[in-house]
Amino acid sequence: MNRIVSYIKSLFLLELLAGLWLTAKYFVKPKYTMQYPMEKIPKSNRFRGLHALRRYANGEERCIACKLCEAVCPALAITIDSEPRADGQRRTTRYDIDLFKCIFCGFCEESCPVDSIVETDIHEYHFEKRGENILTKQKLLALGDRYEAEIAKAREQDAAFR
Amino acid sequence: MSNDLILVAWTLFKILAIAVPLILAVAMYVYWERKVIGWMHVRNGPNQVGPLGLLQAFADVFKLLFKEITVPDQAGKFLFYLAPVAALAPAFAAWAVIPFDQGMALANVNAGLLYLLAMTSLGVYGIILAGWASNSKYAFLGAMRAAAQVVSYEISMGMALVSVLILVGSLNMSDIVNAQAGGKGLFDWFWLPLLPMFVIYFVSGVAETNRAPFDVAEGESEIVAGFHVEYSGSAFAIFFLAEYANMILISFLSSVLFLGGWLSPFQGWGLGFLSVGGWWWLFAKAFVMAFLFLWFRATFPRYRYDQIMRLGWKVFIPIAIAWIFATGLMAYYGVVTVGSEVRP
Repeated sequence: MNRIVSYIKSLFLLELLAGLWLTAKYFVKPKYTMQYPMEKIPKSNRFRGLHALRRYANGEERCIACKLCEAVCPALAITIDSEPRADGQRRTTRYDIDLFKCIFCGFCEESCPVDSIVETDIHEYHFEKRGENILTKQKLLALGDRYEAEIAKAREQDAAFR
Repeated sequence: MSNDLILVAWTLFKILAIAVPLILAVAMYVYWERKVIGWMHVRNGPNQVGPLGLLQAFADVFKLLFKEITVPDQAGKFLFYLAPVAALAPAFAAWAVIPFDQGMALANVNAGLLYLLAMTSLGVYGIILAGWASNSKYAFLGAMRAAAQVVSYEISMGMALVSVLILVGSLNMSDIVNAQAGGKGLFDWFWLPLLPMFVIYFVSGVAETNRAPFDVAEGESEIVAGFHVEYSGSAFAIFFLAEYANMILISFLSSVLFLGGWLSPFQGWGLGFLSVGGWWWLFAKAFVMAFLFLWFRATFPRYRYDQIMRLGWKVFIPIAIAWIFATGLMAYYGVVTVGSEVRP
């Protein structure tokens, strides 16, 4: 009996027709494709992209060279040297992040007691020369200065959930 | 003397009037294929080159034309260059007998069906030559697979043509279309009395053109690209052109043989201009059949080699033989009305 049923099924191509019906349904379905450079998917304000070092409103850099981020970094991507500044405060002389090592886990941001090192939502960047993968202190501070408004806004939006 | 010259020039013009639109149709068919398959994958398909990506096929063609044709060291040079031509020529030559409208055919020969059977079979020589001349294992495997497959499906395809022949009693393509005319419109066409043959013919046509799900000759996941693995540049483009021209040809043939050619599906229904036959109906039918090729490719996984052989020899041929017998009975007892009226 089963043999007869399966014979009739294969003779009238029932399974093949079912397959054609399925692809026909997909044929008319709305497409999910995002035309990337023209259209972009909205990003979360917790997005962990390129790093930045922030400053206070008076222009003083936040980082106090506590090296918690360097200690917590699981990929050992952060290298910090520090010295006392002229006014006696401890400050970094070197703050390097190797983007080839960084895994963008966000632990540095979590560990920072003064909200200095942050991860912005920038993820469209590239390097043209060897060595550009190292984000130096100057570059990080420049990024922070440039995107301070966005960074502050994202932190504010997320504050209620922390 | 001058009359002969005019005849030659006129014939040449008619050949160009078929060949040039055919090449353009192939280009648009490639674009349409990528679009359709994209849509069935819930993607957009090509949409960057030109408006809606319409120029994508032309971009691809120009890329291929500007690329170098590499010839393998061990290849048979003469056959290597002959193979693409041998694949392309029959694909184009077969168009000579296609009747686009009443009296609108390049050659209204009386053995049209026979000529078509010959031409569609000749195409595989190009594939076999390509596989042989490349002197490469993958290409040779592809050629062997193509040869075995085409030989198997040629038989059931021929039998499908025989059943049409029994009903019409003529090998002339225009006669075949006119025999399907009648007051019942699309129910007078041969697809109804010859439904199994129609399916067999079209599926065999898919197998003949080495298209998915019967594309073991190409089999990119198993033997890279099969018979044309060693070809590049314009030589490869010619294989591509031949394959797609063959697909369009099979679409037109199944429309002519089983779907009433240029006849209107509403013939005799009294629907005004919709009931009038014309070349546009043939093109619409061929478009639907050509869409089926793409639909199949987007839907079915490739048949295993032994499954192809089983389908060809153990399913199609017995059904075809049985239905030829049934067709004979239908013709003898006059079940099928043949050519009750010629064009309303």
